[in-house]
Amino acid sequence: MEDLTSLKQEKENEEPEETGQPWQEMAASSQDPEPGLSEPRESEQRPETGSQPRSSPPQSPHSRASTALGDLTGPGTPSPPSFPQESFSTPSLPALARQDIGSPWQSDTTTNVIPEAGTVHSGHLEQSSDKGELTPHQTCQSEGNTFQQSQQTKHHVHGPKDVSYNNSKQKELRFDIFREEDSNSNADLDQPEPGASEVPPSMLEIAIQNAKAYLLKTSSKSGLNTYDHLSNMLSKILDEHPENVVDIIENISQDVKMAHFSKKLDTLQDECEMLPIYEIAEKQKALFLQGNLEGADQELEDEIAETSLPNVMESAFYFEQAGVGLGTDETYRIFLALKQLTDTHPIQRCRFWGKILGLEMNYIVAEVEFREGEDEEELEEEDVTEERDNGNSDADEDELPKSFYKAPQAIPKEESRTGANKYVYFVCNEPGRPWVKLPSVTPAQIVIARKIKKFFTGRLDTPIVSYPPFPGNESNYLRAQIARISAGTHVSPLGFYQFGEEEGEEEEEVEGGRESFEENPDFEGVRVIDLVESLSNWVHHVQHILPQGRCNWFNPIQKSEEEEEEEDEEKEEEEKGEEPDYIEQEVGPPLLTPISEDLEIQNIPPWTTRLSSHLIPQYAVAVLRSNLWPGACAFSNGKKFENFYIGWGHKYSPDSYTPPAPPSIYQEYPSGPEITEMDDPSVEEEQAFRAAQEAAVLPAEENEETEEEEDEEDDYD
Amino acid sequence: MDAESLLLSLELASGSGQGLSPDRRASLLTSLMLVKRDYRYDRVLFWGRILGLVADYYIAQGLSEDQLAPRKTLYSLNCMEWSLLPPATEEMAMQTSVVKGRFMGDPSHEYEHTQLQKVHKGEKVFEEEVVVQIKEETRLVSIIDQIDKAVAVIPRGALFKTPFGPIHVNRTFEGLSLSEAKKLSSYFHFREPVELKNKTLLEKADLDPSLDFLDSLEHDIPKGSWSIQMERGNALVVLRSLLWPGLTFYHAPRTKNCGYIYVGTVNLVCSVLLLPLISTSIWYPGSEERTTELEEPALKQVAEGWNVLMREMMVGGNGSGR
Repeated sequence: MEDLTSLKQEKENEEPEETGQPWQEMAASSQDPEPGLSEPRESEQRPETGSQPRSSPPQSPHSRASTALGDLTGPGTPSPPSFPQESFSTPSLPALARQDIGSPWQSDTTTNVIPEAGTVHSGHLEQSSDKGELTPHQTCQSEGNTFQQSQQTKHHVHGPKDVSYNNSKQKELRFDIFREEDSNSNADLDQPEPGASEVPPSMLEIAIQNAKAYLLKTSSKSGLNTYDHLSNMLSKILDEHPENVVDIIENISQDVKMAHFSKKLDTLQDECEMLPIYEIAEKQKALFLQGNLEGADQELEDEIAETSLPNVMESAFYFEQAGVGLGTDETYRIFLALKQLTDTHPIQRCRFWGKILGLEMNYIVAEVEFREGEDEEELEEEDVTEERDNGNSDADEDELPKSFYKAPQAIPKEESRTGANKYVYFVCNEPGRPWVKLPSVTPAQIVIARKIKKFFTGRLDTPIVSYPPFPGNESNYLRAQIARISAGTHVSPLGFYQFGEEEGEEEEEVEGGRESFEENPDFEGVRVIDLVESLSNWVHHVQHILPQGRCNWFNPIQKSEEEEEEEDEEKEEEEKGEEPDYIEQEVGPPLLTPISEDLEIQNIPPWTTRLSSHLIPQYAVAVLRSNLWPGACAFSNGKKFENFYIGWGHKYSPDSYTPPAPPSIYQEYPSGPEITEMDDPSVEEEQAFRAAQEAAVLPAEENEETEEEEDEEDDYD
Repeated sequence: MDAESLLLSLELASGSGQGLSPDRRASLLTSLMLVKRDYRYDRVLFWGRILGLVADYYIAQGLSEDQLAPRKTLYSLNCMEWSLLPPATEEMAMQTSVVKGRFMGDPSHEYEHTQLQKVHKGEKVFEEEVVVQIKEETRLVSIIDQIDKAVAVIPRGALFKTPFGPIHVNRTFEGLSLSEAKKLSSYFHFREPVELKNKTLLEKADLDPSLDFLDSLEHDIPKGSWSIQMERGNALVVLRSLLWPGLTFYHAPRTKNCGYIYVGTVNLVCSVLLLPLISTSIWYPGSEERTTELEEPALKQVAEGWNVLMREMMVGGNGSGR
């Protein structure tokens, strides 16, 4: 065993010896000022001069010890030990270390600390340091003489000094003690040296050196070594004095490693940073508690009996099969939020429409249908405020010159429950936050929304800065996009819905497609394979929006006539002459048109169908993905279906978006002789003109002199 | 995202709505394990999914010991059988830049593109239409490389550079703090640094060589091409690229969980769309004294092209005499 270690030792010695030299000198010079210590110096010289081959080992360990010192003080280490301190303390520490273990009169801190430091050493070191004390005394008598002597002399020489040192330099103490390993090893190495010329160093010491060399091995990955790391850890422990150190020693180790990668930041940290977490948790807590508040069983039964709440989780399950959808957790929170919505509003039908991503926040969109007659009030209020606004603006503009430009007659928005305003939409940024009702959409907003492309921000009151200018803010734009996406992507399996058999149905049909439909009670389901293979098994169940911005075509001329009739019949006729007599009615595909008739986008099919799983096709669902509105998706298992949208709210276009160019500039005035600038007449021309005039006037003057005078008087008045 | 923590990662990134179906998840977990063994990768990342018209491409990447060494890219159509893609080259990027539109989902599909080529016949120069065929696989390689270079993200501190050069995973990385997580400067491009060399000494002074060896997202051009959001209270930070919609980066502050996933149709948003976000003034009649505040030459070109277009339309409008 010992032989083996010694062999190893010699091998390892070869390398560090060279690197050790400069440090050796450093150490030597730093030790010089210390008057009591002559041994280290001798020990260094001795190996150099010594003829015995045995003397080489003592040298190298020493040099290695000093390299360790050097490493510690080097620029790479995070703890900044200063050189002056070291030069003072290190030489005295050998003695200090001896005393620490042996003498009871040391201060508490030091005695506490050193055993700890000892235990942290790897097994090798611990053993060896213990043995370093014991074995020389008891077993190795031959060595023991000299060894003990030197030890004792050290005691005598340094004892008093160290006491004063301990007392005066309490602060440095902590610092120095973790260096105790170094000093220990220094001491261990130094002590046999007086006798080195006579007695060979014990195998034990070689083992220590081996262990230390091993610990000093630099990691090839991180460039750190265990030795430095341990000493850094100990210094951290001693700096901070945490309680029950042994329990958190792993964390300390990790902290020390992490310290390499973190800058020393301000110790002041914002505690309020955590607040938003608590805030949203508090809000969502309300969602979870809402069931408990209404405790009555009666109500519960009623609720279960007729609920307007959709089974969000079920659809989420199917969408998950399709590979779209939010996480289960988020979906459930949205589910709860929808429940809150249906509880607080008179809602007949509710659906989770989807999620629109924004720059700062996202929108969760719910599509609802109010119960009959309960949503009218709000809409009327809106109209009133709009009218008021118009009145105010007119009053302000009284004094300003009025523009002669007459805007083409605005196309009125569709009544609620019809066309693009069939449903009412509520949005919220996060489940638990309040639901906000979106205003109903106007045709102008839809028309402009088709021409622009904007990212949503997540705040509804953000102005939409765009060209062409968008009439409204982000809430209007959001509503317009929702209307467009719904019209484009809401589909259902063929036969799920049928046209309502109401009276007057035929008339509607004549005007432009039937508007109403109802669930087909006899729907037997479509085979999933058929849904995947043929697009004609899917139909649109939301009305197509015409280029005008409405679902039901509105004739602008007809309407204008009616209005004019009330005011003035004559004017009506004049205007009728100006406007084109007949505008071709815009016709879109009727309701429940198969999606196989949708137009292609530059050779790209508008829809992609997929079977959710090819591994187990028996229970798979049909998945339909829109290529026109990326993010829109539908599933059907044959009987059930659902539509869902998640994305940025942008329509797909193969070419990059370019905003439309502004229109040409209007001419300011009709150019004619009255306004065109003419050259000033030259002197000759003026004189010729005057001569001609005089020639013409003179004969007349004589006749009508009196009249002219009167005229002149009038002029100068 | 790391293939090993796929389930957790997908859950964290699910806010963008593009998850994986259970059978895909299960097959990925199985097959990526085998990929790691067979190709001897140090780490396997699930990169994302490119939505095709007929089928979707599932993309994974293998990393070697040095995290920043060129990544190997694999694709699969059924999440089980993986094929290695060749490394991307400049030539490929040039070649495929003319292809627009969606992916088909068939690697052997060939796009046809007609080019005008000058042909010398004797002294005369003719222009001939040449049909170039581009394989979808080539386009796939090039697109993945482009997305990776533009928007692959890693939080600061997750990797560190050793004194010898190679870059390793930082085992002590414990996540960004909340205040750091809200700043774009705490996120780096997960690619060889490009901008770093152009920085002045003054700018480099504060950088930690072992950590700040990558380009940060802070100075990305165009400005505002990232949306940074705190979700679930403040428990999750999500970065979404507006340049390549579909790329989601997630990171739970103060945990190691972070990664990015791309699920999309490979549709680069034109910079013009982002223009309003970057406080640019566009030329309009009577505003010639106003200058654009654009910095990047490429963007300037876009804006200039736009201006020229508008001027032409102005002139055309006046000429018509309306």
